[in-house]
Amino acid sequence: MPAARRTGQEVSRRGFLGWVVAAPTLLVAAPLAAAAVKPDGAGAAIPGVPEPGDLYDLSDLLTDATLPTAMLVTVGVNQHGTVSYALPRAEVGQGLTTAVAMIIADELDVPIEQVDVTLSDARPELVWNQITGGSNSVHSLYTPLRTAAALARDRLVAAAAAKWSIAPAKLTTRAGAVHGPRGRSASYGSLSRDAAAPRTTAHRVTLKPASAQRVIGGAQSRIDALDAVTGRKRFAMDLHVPGALPTMICRAPVINGKVQSVGNLAAVRAMPGVTDVGVVSSGVAVRARTFGQCIDAVRALKVNWKGGTVDGESDATVLAKLKKAEIPLLVPRVPLLAKTVEGSFTFYFRSNSPLETNCAVADVRADSAEIWAGLKNPIVTQQTVAQNLGMRQNQVKVHVVQSGGSFGRHLFSDVVYEAAEVSQLFGKPVKLMWHRTDDFRHGRTHPMCTSRVRATVLGGNVLTYEQRHTSVATDWTHGFGEMLTAMAAKLPGGNLTYAETIFALSQVVNYNYGVTTQLINEIFNYDDFHTGAMRNVYSPDVCTAQELITDKLAKAVGKDPYAFRQAFVKDARMKAVLTKLGAAGNWGRAMPAGTAQGIGLHSEYKSRIGALVEIDCRPVTVNRQLADSYTGPRVTKVVIVVDVGLTINRRGLAAQMQGGAMDGIAQTLTSSLHLQNGIFKEGSWDNYYYTRQWNVPPKVQVVIMPDTTAAPGGAGELAAGVTQAAVACAYARATGAMPTEFPINHNQPLGFVPLPTVPPIPQSPTDGLAHTF
Amino acid sequence: MPTHTFVLNGEQVSVDAADDVRLLWVLRDLLGVTGPKYGCGLEVCRACTCHINGKAFNPCSVRVKDIAPTDEITTIEGLPATVGRELHPMQEAWLEVDVAQCGYCQPGQIMTAVAKVRQRGGPLTDADFDEIRNICRCGTYHRIREAINLAAARM
Repeated sequence: MPAARRTGQEVSRRGFLGWVVAAPTLLVAAPLAAAAVKPDGAGAAIPGVPEPGDLYDLSDLLTDATLPTAMLVTVGVNQHGTVSYALPRAEVGQGLTTAVAMIIADELDVPIEQVDVTLSDARPELVWNQITGGSNSVHSLYTPLRTAAALARDRLVAAAAAKWSIAPAKLTTRAGAVHGPRGRSASYGSLSRDAAAPRTTAHRVTLKPASAQRVIGGAQSRIDALDAVTGRKRFAMDLHVPGALPTMICRAPVINGKVQSVGNLAAVRAMPGVTDVGVVSSGVAVRARTFGQCIDAVRALKVNWKGGTVDGESDATVLAKLKKAEIPLLVPRVPLLAKTVEGSFTFYFRSNSPLETNCAVADVRADSAEIWAGLKNPIVTQQTVAQNLGMRQNQVKVHVVQSGGSFGRHLFSDVVYEAAEVSQLFGKPVKLMWHRTDDFRHGRTHPMCTSRVRATVLGGNVLTYEQRHTSVATDWTHGFGEMLTAMAAKLPGGNLTYAETIFALSQVVNYNYGVTTQLINEIFNYDDFHTGAMRNVYSPDVCTAQELITDKLAKAVGKDPYAFRQAFVKDARMKAVLTKLGAAGNWGRAMPAGTAQGIGLHSEYKSRIGALVEIDCRPVTVNRQLADSYTGPRVTKVVIVVDVGLTINRRGLAAQMQGGAMDGIAQTLTSSLHLQNGIFKEGSWDNYYYTRQWNVPPKVQVVIMPDTTAAPGGAGELAAGVTQAAVACAYARATGAMPTEFPINHNQPLGFVPLPTVPPIPQSPTDGLAHTF
Repeated sequence: MPTHTFVLNGEQVSVDAADDVRLLWVLRDLLGVTGPKYGCGLEVCRACTCHINGKAFNPCSVRVKDIAPTDEITTIEGLPATVGRELHPMQEAWLEVDVAQCGYCQPGQIMTAVAKVRQRGGPLTDADFDEIRNICRCGTYHRIREAINLAAARM
């Protein structure tokens, strides 16, 4: 990286407060972020009345929620020279551990290989500061981490200065060592004891100016890449906990169905390999020597089921309820000659299932419990497990394991509660894993929703823009990381209040559209369906509706979609993104009939993003025949331009953009769940059409804008919605018809034969050797 | 309970298991070899892809009794040894391109990629990529393509 890559955008160089913590080797605490960010020290953890999303957004809310506890996060320098940090967040593939290692390495002048980032166990004293969500982690940790690292560097320099009797100003730091005159140097490890403090004291530190940063903004490979490619990376499913035998649940043929009775418990208990069988709240649990034998046992169970919570519901009944619940659009008071542009859009249920299915290891004893799982919300998990087991919170130990993806799934810990219940019932440790089919049918989903938009336009100006979003309730009971706010969502009306707050904080209109209103309403109780975020909650669908209407508005005033956006886009950062996008994506180039470009813009998490895609909707492409594959329209090119304010890791950011783009393509063109009589039809990846190699665009380009702010914005969820919108716009232009149902193939004839619901999971094939290559 | 024997990553192993237990569970639950991942148990997601006598297959869909004592099973853990190096060229390319995100599907992706490149005898075309069925829910597909053809030139 060039040395002065952010000249003119220096972080304020005033002092930050840090603590040297009493310990045998150097241990420093990150500061109370409020002391630096908000000198007047506002103490409220969760603000009462939020301002609109473009002034005070979800990133602010989540960051403010972490302020009171950030100082409890500590960085240690060990005698062997490694720097250790237990991250109170989850690593689910988003690259957070790598970004965190870069931030520490840069500020402390230590090679990144020497920074050891682990995932922290549940630490209830952190209260709000241990939830991973809202693309907020880097945003909230950036300054606390740098302050801790800077303090560690100061202490190490001071230790060397004392040792050599040289003024600290004459010493420098680089590559994990303090360097003095005449080639003298001492490694951090050798100085760690001298730099340690016998008692905890506060210190002011000065952070490096941006021009001196060498690692931040670079292109760093993931710190766990070698483990990933060698099979050494361990997920919950791979852990060896003594006695924790494979365990699965036989689930109901409808969502939230309960066991009435089981006809053959004893016979199943006697099956090969099976050790335990018993009824639990979500079905019948079986524990066996291998998961294969669990599958056999689950399939053999004869269960009488009670009904669930949505037995009579199908796509059509839910859609009718959504339509009925839509908050009416106002009749705008505009001149008679104003033209009305409107649209009504439906977005079907989508699965947030990652590739690693739900899995947790639980070892519940008489007076203690120990849990291992991929968790984004470990404190609530610990509190809930304790409550469910009738234990005190400190009797439950919760270990956070790296996850094989999340996409919103691990904000909830359903599998942990099941595993703890089963372990307590059987009196034995269990490794509880969901079958893939269950993960689609009973796992959490992005709720079905509609978005209705009406805008008015006169003489080249947009006078009004109204959007009404109506959704099956999104479960917000994960709260902001601990039990109090989680409980608040469960109170009558609480979940909708949450939904309204999050909606107001996260949704914005990116264009100057005169009088704008965006409102949300919800149907069903938060736990009738299993719902949650999926690489964002509202934004992808709200953005898709907004961008489709924007193209319609452009047409109404006789402008090209790009030129129209140039004229109406609200802020300078977004305008710069748009300009770059037009150039990088070669907007407006001549293309054959049946193919087209589409463009989408989105701002969230203090970041700005644009996507320009090209789509091929010609019959020869749409009708490509591949066995057991859904092909359809093909996105042939994606260009993403992103401004995250301040880029930490260019490589990680590009990866997140590419991945988000694959999600966006799937959500517009291919992937959804079909609800029929209280259960989803999809049961395998050959039913649920997430993007596969045959859907991948041959060309994918990510352009990272130069830094525009002093703090990093969010990136994890950013690219999904904007790509979803751009693909929808491109499809509309290629076919001449604006799509109104998403994904566009949802109401086409089903491309697969649904797996049975009884038994709930399919048997594994036996003919694998016939398909070798 | 019958004893089954086969060659696993270059070593003869024996394991007691019922005949119809799928090889994936024998590897993971009984032998503690966790590189091959469970993603569906239906020969769909391909996260468990390994090699049998040098060819790609999915152990979730093969009964342990169908594996012969002389069959050589290679999991991601044993891949480097097949070329006598610390890392297989495909793994090196994966690191160069920094393909992985969560990493869960990556052992299966790499094992599939090695077999596909061997089958084609060089870089893959778009039509060849259409035959790679492995799911990556993080959406690393673009980098997978880049890494495969980088490695193909060196294999």
